[in-house]
Amino acid sequence: MRNILAVADIVIKELYRRKDFYVLFIVTILICLVMASVNIFNNPDIIRYVKSLCLLLIWVSSLVIAITTTARQIPAEREQRTLLPLLAKPLSRSQLIVGKFLGCWIACGLALLCFYAFFGALSASREHHWPVLSYLQAGLMHWVALAVVIALTLLGSLVFAAPSSNATICFVIVGGILFVGRYLDVVALSLQKPWQTIIYAVYFVIPHLEFFDMRKLIIHDWPLIQWRFIGLASLYGVAYAAFFLAAACLVFRRKAVN
Amino acid sequence: MNPARTLFLSLVALLVFCFGFAAWLQPQFQDLPFNRSVSMDFWGNLLDDSRDLFANSAFVTADEYYHSGYYPTIFDNNQAFETPHMAEDTGAVASRNSGDETGFMGKPRDWIDAFGRHFIPNRHTHLDEGGPTDDLSTSSEVKEILPWLKLSAELDPEDVKTFVVTAFWLRTRLDETRQAEQVLREGLRYNPGNPQLLFELGRVYFESYHNIPRARMIWEAALRMWHAEAPDKLLSERLNLANQNFDDRFIYEQLQVHLANLEQAAGNYPAAIARWELARPASPTPDDVDRHIADLKQKLSAAKDKSAT
Repeated sequence: MRNILAVADIVIKELYRRKDFYVLFIVTILICLVMASVNIFNNPDIIRYVKSLCLLLIWVSSLVIAITTTARQIPAEREQRTLLPLLAKPLSRSQLIVGKFLGCWIACGLALLCFYAFFGALSASREHHWPVLSYLQAGLMHWVALAVVIALTLLGSLVFAAPSSNATICFVIVGGILFVGRYLDVVALSLQKPWQTIIYAVYFVIPHLEFFDMRKLIIHDWPLIQWRFIGLASLYGVAYAAFFLAAACLVFRRKAVN
Repeated sequence: MNPARTLFLSLVALLVFCFGFAAWLQPQFQDLPFNRSVSMDFWGNLLDDSRDLFANSAFVTADEYYHSGYYPTIFDNNQAFETPHMAEDTGAVASRNSGDETGFMGKPRDWIDAFGRHFIPNRHTHLDEGGPTDDLSTSSEVKEILPWLKLSAELDPEDVKTFVVTAFWLRTRLDETRQAEQVLREGLRYNPGNPQLLFELGRVYFESYHNIPRARMIWEAALRMWHAEAPDKLLSERLNLANQNFDDRFIYEQLQVHLANLEQAAGNYPAAIARWELARPASPTPDDVDRHIADLKQKLSAAKDKSAT
């Protein structure tokens, strides 16, 4: 475990040395503040459109940070020729993978914390109330979704040749799941066989990341979701993350490192 | 002659010809009726023809906000959402909705669909009725639809329903009557004499300012404009129930009904009956109109008897 935490610690330090997070965070703040300053019929309490935009930017930023950070982890070690010395230490390949995953996941969690704190402050400035538990649920679900994305990207970084192609493919897959994942069964029913069977199978196989997108509930102040559903969804996400991570460990075990 | 020199001179000649041709074309192009080169409209220049699409999208987003996010996607059955409910509830826009608005999602298709419904808005509510909290004291939350309506109006100022809907909610739930009137006048600037806008403006004067003579004047002007919109078309043809122009028929009926109610309130029953009879062919429920006319005729004869005795 100490080895895993040591690797994770390096990844976290790498994230806060890089400028990606700061740029995205400042851009999010600027866009939201500009939008919040728009005068809508002299009514200063209108906020939901700003909340909607802010959450959209948070989701986009977090996906960009998660995918781009994770996609370059293993290829960068290989390019800088630090992979072999790293593995020469008492560190197994699986530990390296889990350490990289944990580092990226915790780093994204820290980034989410900053983003959601800003979102909470922005909402509270107009709504004059702070539904902390709702934000906690949304942030937690968002973080679990990022676990799945990070594990998937880590697996992709071992399968695809370049970080850029891996990142692009991951963006397409994650975007596709978020936009149409929920309706793939409906799409399948409108198709002829064998496409119907294939799309229907894909619907049941993919990780349904849309479960973790609670933006509409937060924007429109819906009541809290029962915690047992949050728990079940988290288990679902963790199971997929574990599956992708195990697959990454298996692939990395058979891969030549030089 | 030196070939390079010939080539150079040819290029210069072509350049002079192009410049001269452009200088000759430009003034003629400026005079064309569909010329958009001098437009100062920001959205028009940026989005061109696609701005209508974006305007409609913003309008639909406003309705989604009105439902606190409970809204059908292109994959759902949206028969009950053909006319946005925030527009239907104003009473100034004709409804084309059918089907079940509370259950457009239908039964869960599988466990993924059933489980996923815990993480999305899953109940039909309207913001003016309290939204997800069902707290009627928070009906002013309907203000949250305004940014999208404002954007929609800026993108497509020729879509009158955006102005009508904005003005209605400003007036009825936010007590901003002056702003509502301003919005309608802004709409009239882009759509001079539009009957739908005039009808809503008449309602502002009747319901909020309680200025009955002014309201009557505006509604009568709206009726005149309605007739002037298609002077060559027969009334029966325009009011034909098979006609797909719901808004045209609806606004005529509403204008006649509102004017009839003014006459009735003033005790002028023959004029009221005449207005109801004019409204009848446009009404989707002519039997109700007949009953109302019969009721008015009874009142009229009772009033005559009373005056005779």
